[in-house]
Parts: sequence; structure tokens; C-alpha cells
Amino acid sequence: MLDFVQQLVSGIALGCVYGLIALGFVLIYKATEVVNFAQGDLMMLGGFFGFTFISMLGFNYWFGFACAVAAMAVFGMVAERVVVRPILGYPQFSIIMVTIGLGFFLRSMAGIIWGTDDLKIDTPFSQGVLKIGSLVLAHDKLSVIAATVILCTLLYLFFNRTTLGTAMRASSENMLAAYYMGIPVKRVVSIVWAISAAVAGTAGVLLAPITFVHSNVGLVLGLKAFPAAVLGGFGSIPGALVGGVLIGVIESMAGFYLPQGWKDVAPYIVLLAVLLLKPEGLFGHHVRKKV
Amino acid sequence: MRFIFKTDYEDDIRLFPHSGYVWTYGTLLVLLAIAPFVLSSYIMSQLVFVCIYATVGVGLMILSGFTGQASLGHAAFLAIGAYTAAYLQQYNVPFPVYFLAAGLLTGVIGALVGFPALRLQGIYLVIATISFAFIVEEILARWESVTHGNEGMRVKTLSLFGLMIPRDSPSFYFLCLGFLILTIIGTLNLLRSPTGRAFIAIRDSETAARSMGVNVALYKVKSFAISAAITGFAGALFAHKLTFISPEMFTLLLSIEFIIVILIGGTFSLHGAVLGAIFLVMIDPFLTYLKDDMPGIISGSASALGASKATASNIQSSVAAFASANGLKGAIYGFIIVVFVLFEPLGLYGRWLKIKLFFQLFPLYKRATFKRQKIYVKSERNR
Amino acid sequence: MSYFRAENLSLHFGGLKAVDSVSFAVEKGEILSIIGPNGAGKSSIFNLISRIYPPTHGKIFFEDQDITHQPAYDIAGLGIARTFQNIELFENATVLSNLLVGRHRHSTTSLWQELLFMPSVRASEKLHRRRVEQVIEFLDLEPYRDKLISGLPYGVRKVIELARALCSEPKLILLDEPSSGLNVEETDDMSFWIRDMKSELGITVLMVEHDMSLVNRVSDRVIALNYGKVLAMGSPSEVQSHPDVVAAYLGA
Repeated sequence: MLDFVQQLVSGIALGCVYGLIALGFVLIYKATEVVNFAQGDLMMLGGFFGFTFISMLGFNYWFGFACAVAAMAVFGMVAERVVVRPILGYPQFSIIMVTIGLGFFLRSMAGIIWGTDDLKIDTPFSQGVLKIGSLVLAHDKLSVIAATVILCTLLYLFFNRTTLGTAMRASSENMLAAYYMGIPVKRVVSIVWAISAAVAGTAGVLLAPITFVHSNVGLVLGLKAFPAAVLGGFGSIPGALVGGVLIGVIESMAGFYLPQGWKDVAPYIVLLAVLLLKPEGLFGHHVRKKV
Repeated sequence: MRFIFKTDYEDDIRLFPHSGYVWTYGTLLVLLAIAPFVLSSYIMSQLVFVCIYATVGVGLMILSGFTGQASLGHAAFLAIGAYTAAYLQQYNVPFPVYFLAAGLLTGVIGALVGFPALRLQGIYLVIATISFAFIVEEILARWESVTHGNEGMRVKTLSLFGLMIPRDSPSFYFLCLGFLILTIIGTLNLLRSPTGRAFIAIRDSETAARSMGVNVALYKVKSFAISAAITGFAGALFAHKLTFISPEMFTLLLSIEFIIVILIGGTFSLHGAVLGAIFLVMIDPFLTYLKDDMPGIISGSASALGASKATASNIQSSVAAFASANGLKGAIYGFIIVVFVLFEPLGLYGRWLKIKLFFQLFPLYKRATFKRQKIYVKSERNR
Repeated sequence: MSYFRAENLSLHFGGLKAVDSVSFAVEKGEILSIIGPNGAGKSSIFNLISRIYPPTHGKIFFEDQDITHQPAYDIAGLGIARTFQNIELFENATVLSNLLVGRHRHSTTSLWQELLFMPSVRASEKLHRRRVEQVIEFLDLEPYRDKLISGLPYGVRKVIELARALCSEPKLILLDEPSSGLNVEETDDMSFWIRDMKSELGITVLMVEHDMSLVNRVSDRVIALNYGKVLAMGSPSEVQSHPDVVAAYLGA
């Protein structure tokens, strides 16, 4: 039983990581209907920025964290301006390909710039553990869970309660109509990329003590975050969180109770099963095309 | 400009609309036939890879380009073909039999993947195919009694009717080239018959296709099966070319390479698959060139421009370090994808058409002829 | 028995009754128009017939055969073709291949024959082409054969959609607002073609239309719908003077 709870908690922590990355997908998807395959790599870059500010330049952890997130936000805007904006309004497939290309580019460049060793960031909560009875919970994992819940809540409120959030939803439904209604679509898209990159940066820095900073970490985690976003229905912020947690728990349970090898494929098997039964994900809703 | 006067319905069915095509492709065929006796063995080896990649490209084109179903799982189909061939070869099954088996088995598995894919669209389909590819990769690594797991499998030299065909012999090249040509002709045949038109109809409007009597589900499954089968056949040849296969060769990266093939070549025409394959295979020699020659050339030109010896050798070593960095290939792939999607969305074949038109219409060519129209797609969710 | 019959046809989306117990019959060789204000359920009836939606209740009969549960792609095979309100053509294909897709229900060749392009495929392709050319001539589409749909103006696309439906040699054709977006001359052409379809090709026509002058010119009978229910049925003049129909249009 204790094993089960321990696995559950570490699954949830892992799942929150997926959830955070999935959140980035969902944000961009909600506002621009673009699927950003480079999201995992943005997270990786966030980790490297964090490493640069905290470990190399020796900033205070929290200040370095803030710098990394701010740098990521700027980077997100630049990436949007350079590669995404020229093809806004073209078929989805082109944009998917561009983000795949961007991901490749970032991954190799990070490898070339920062090298391919595992890097580590020292954090105030690297060592601490929380003991509840005989249950041992590491602080770094708890910090990820807490950050995910806070970010999800904030972003959910942002999208549903603020004018800018409404503008984002409008421009995803019909970009041209939103533009004619006076919504500055380009700026909206730019802001959403900044937010999404900042979320990815947060995830990257928080993850640093758990997974190390390495140029391939984005690919590995990003590909796990996809099933999470799809399970959650791709357009739903709470869905991303739930999907992420589901995938994380499935993965950690499969790793513990099933033979070796299942851990890595179990999330995908579950994903395929869900897609078969409910092609629009658990939280998505499917609207028929009108003819 | 050439005007073609059509006098018979046959004129629209013919593969070569006029004699110019016969001459062009005839010359190309002759050049390809004498290539192994003229070109170096390294280039021949690259040409074999071009043939194999182009075959997969044609297969992927049928599914993604003509039926409109995206797939990032074609590496898995290639793997299934390659492993089927390698497995059957152990039991001394003759080449024609295991070659067919590789294609047919992959085709059947492609059809099985096609069924769940029927209900999925766009991004969901992309992710489902990625998931499928991961599962296959994991099975290959774990099913050790058949696949030897991560140790991989050796593939013996191809023997056809008692003749040995080594992987770098001209005969092997002709085999791959022949299969590519057969695939292209078969695909062109398909495109001028009801099945090919049904594929295109599904790509452009499923609702309308259905209301015209196209069994959308059946044709999607057919498209998956044909595409997978072609890739499976290519997989058998791929296994022979490499002589050793292991699960880590068939990763997502390879699937993305196949997408690059059709994306760079141009997704709307079979020419694109071949041009894209040539381009992709050329990246490796280009990288080698970068590593070996570029540092010398750059530092040479720097010293010619008046840089001191120390600076020149400094430049040489930093360029060399950059060119031999591990991830450079990934960066180049990424860069190429971005540049092509942004600036050359019709691919290399599209560029060729533009150049051709420029000379045909000279001096009346209008830059706007090929201008891409923004469509500002409304939400794809409401489909 | 009638040629085509809908019995108590209903389509509910949750609480909304888009179509509510509609019954009507179409006789062989007639032109029947369905009119009604926006949202009256006209297009929904078409979508029920071509099986885009499954009906909540009711049955559909064609040539005395119950087609309510036929798969959507079989409907064309039975000889029922349709056009769409917002044109649904194959955008990135030529006019000719669009029209040839219309021939799909008549294709008999197997995949293997097509891969090898056997003589039987070649022969049937020529046969399809001949039929397509007859339709092209009927609708004056000669200049557009090799053009891509994406480059053609709206009015031409509308005609091509009609042509595609005719290429399937239907017995019953469903026209969803054939004149919407057309100018006066194009609408005139359309009305001639609809009558010719009836008299020359012997096709039964079921049509949804807003343009009352077109309805008056071509229809044998008219059905008026509102809120998913049948208000009136009869000759064009009868229906237009029916008090319920006048009320529905004037909003009284």
C-alpha cells in the first residue's frame, strides 16, 4: 500500500511536469490553433538559461529563476516573430513542420553551446524531504506540483476572465474575423508565445534538480507531454493538467508493477486506446462541420 | 511555349503527354543505366540510398500528399519490412518470397493502423502515428526471440536465383532503381484511375467524397495499406543495404527525415519525392565536406584578406570545432525545414516549375504567379 | 407507392428540434421545392437523406426500399446525388478530375487492375470520360476542363458542383440552394438547366431554394417548412398564399 502511495505521488509529480509542458501546447493551440512541437525544447532552453544565470553567473536562485523566465518570454516572442508569423494563416501542417524544425535547431544549438554533459542547478529545496508517517516526499517534486497547480489556475483565470484572454480565444476561432473586430491579432499571438515560452521556462528551471539539464531532455519529455495534451483534449487548460497527471501516474505505475519496457510505451498504449474510444480526447468537444 | 492539341480522350490518360517527356525521361534512364560504370562507388552507394528514400517518399506521398493523412510513423513501417526480411532470411527463404512477405505484412499492419486512424484528424492523427511508431520501436527492442533486441540483426548478402548480389554491386543498384521505377509507375497508374481520384477527393472534402459514393473509410484504409506496403518493400532493400539493423535506427528522427523528403521535394507531385530524397541524402556528404574542407578554406581566405597567421589558425580551429559538433546535423535539418516552409513551400519541384515558366514566358513572367494565398483557416476544430 | 418518401422524419440536437416529424413524398419526374425561413430545417432534411446525420426518428424510402440505415456512401450508389449550400468541391484538383469523381459509383475496376492500368481500366476510363463530356456539354463547361477549382469564380464552381452530381447519372438529385450567390443571368441559366434535367435527362429534382422567382419558374410542387414542421404543401401559388406561410415570412 505504501509503495502504491509513493508511486502515486511520484507519478503525480512527474505528471505535473508533463502537465506544465502540455500547458504550453494548449496555450498556443488555444490562441492560434498552432501545435508547437518545439515546446519541449523551449523547456530545455529554459533549463539552460536557468543554469546560465544561477550556476554560471552565480545569481541568487529566485532572481536567476526570474531572469530565466523573462529571457524565455523574450525568446518566445522572437521565435514567433521570426518563424511563426510569416506563415500564420497557412495550413496547419506547414506550421507543425516549422515548429519541428525549430525544435531540431534549438536542440542541436543547445548541445553545441552548452555541451552535452548533464548539468545541475543547486536549489534551496534540493535536499529537503517532507515526511508524513513513513511516506517520504522530496521537496523538489512537491515544488513542481505546487507550481503547476498555481500556473494552471492563473492561466485558466486569465483565459476565461480577462479581455486579453477573450481576444485570444476569438483569434483562434477565426483569425480574420477577430482582426476585423479590432483585435490586434499579431500582438495577441506574440503575447501568447511569450507566455507559453515563460511557462516552459518555469518548467525547465523547476525540473533542473529532478532530471538534470541536457539538450535531449526536451525531446524526451516533450513527446510524453503530447499524449498528456491529447488526453486532455488539446484545447483545455484543466485538461492538460489532468492529462499530464494521468500519463505520469500510468508511467510510474507501469514502471513499478509491469515488466521492464512497459514504462515507456504504456502512456502511448493508453493514448491510442483513448483516441479509439473518444477521438477528441477526454475533455475536448467535437463539433461537426456544417454543410 | 508548347501547345498540345488534344484529339482523343487518350491524350488525357497517357503518362507522357507529349514526345518531349519521352525524350527527357529516356535520357535520364540511359544516364542512370550507365551510372554504375562511370561514377565512384561512394556516389553509387549514395544513389542506392536515394532510390530507397525516394521509394519511401512515394509511399508517404500517397498517404500524406494525396490522401491528406499525415503520418510521423513511417520509420515503423520501414522497420517492420526490414525485420521481416531479416527474420525470414535466417530460415533460407528465397529473396523473392521474403521481399513479398515484407511488403505484404507491412501492408496488412498499415491497414490495421488505418482502422483506428479513420476517426482521427490533423494533430490527433500525427500523435497517434507517433505513438504507433514508439510502440513498434519498443517491441523491436523487447521481442528478443525474434528481433534479437538491442543487439540487432545481421542481414546476409542478397542472393537471387543462386546469384549473389552484394550491397555495393551495380546489380543491387539496378534492383533498387527498378523497384523505385515500378513504384512510381504503379502510383501514377493509381492516380489516373478511380482509386487515386478517390484519395484526392478525401483529401479535399470528405463530406463531398462520401456524397459522391466514395467509401471514405475503405479508401483511407487502402491508402494506409498501400503506403505501408511500399515502405515495407523499401525496408527489405534498406536492410540489405545496411547489412545490420537494430531498433535505434528506426526512431522518430527517421520518420521526420521522410517527411523532410516530401516537404522539400514538394508535396503535390511525385517528382518531389525523388528530388527530396536526393537532397536529404546529399546532406551527409555535405557535412563531411564541412568537416574536412571548410575550416581550411575559411582560414585560407581569412589570411588572404590580411589576417595574421595566429588569427587564421584560430579561425580554422573554431570553424572545425563548430563543423564537427555532434548535433550539427540536427541543426541543419531544423534550419532546412524552417527555410523551406517559409520561403519555398512548393518545394524543389515547385522551384523548378517556376524557373521553367520564367523561361517559357520570358520576358513576361509575373512574380505573383506563384504567390501563396493566405487562407486564414477558420478553426479546424469545427470539422 | 411514391418514388421517394420521408415518413415522420425527425432530427433533434439535444432539445432543439431541427426537423420535427416531417413527412412528404416525391413523385417520379417532378421538381419539388422546399422553402422556408432560415433555420427552418431545409438543409437538415437533405443532410438526413444523404446520411450526414442519422435521423432521430422516422424512415426514408427510395424506390420502395428503406434507405434509412444505408451507409452514407451507398446513397450515391442508389442514384441519389446532391449539391451543397456552401460549395464542397475538391479544391486542389482540376475540374475534370472533380467530375470524374462523380463517376465513382460506376467504377468497377479493382485495385490490382488499376495499379497495372490494365486494358479494362483504360476502357472504363474512356467510357467515364465520354459521359463526363456529355455533362460538360450540357452545362457549357468546356473552357474550364483543365483548370484548378481553387482558381475559379463562385458562379462557375456552383455549376461544376451541379455537373459533378450529374456525372453520377442520378435518378434523384438534391439541390441545396442552387442559385445562392449567383447573379440574375446565372440564375436564369440555372433555371433552364433544372428544367432540362427533368425533361431531357428524366431526373427527379428535390430542391431547397430561397429565390421565389426561381421556385415559381421550375417547381411542380412546393413544401413550406418552419421550425422543422411542414406548414403547407401544394402548387407554388397555393403555398405562397397559404396564411401560415405568409405569417412565417412576415413574422406575424
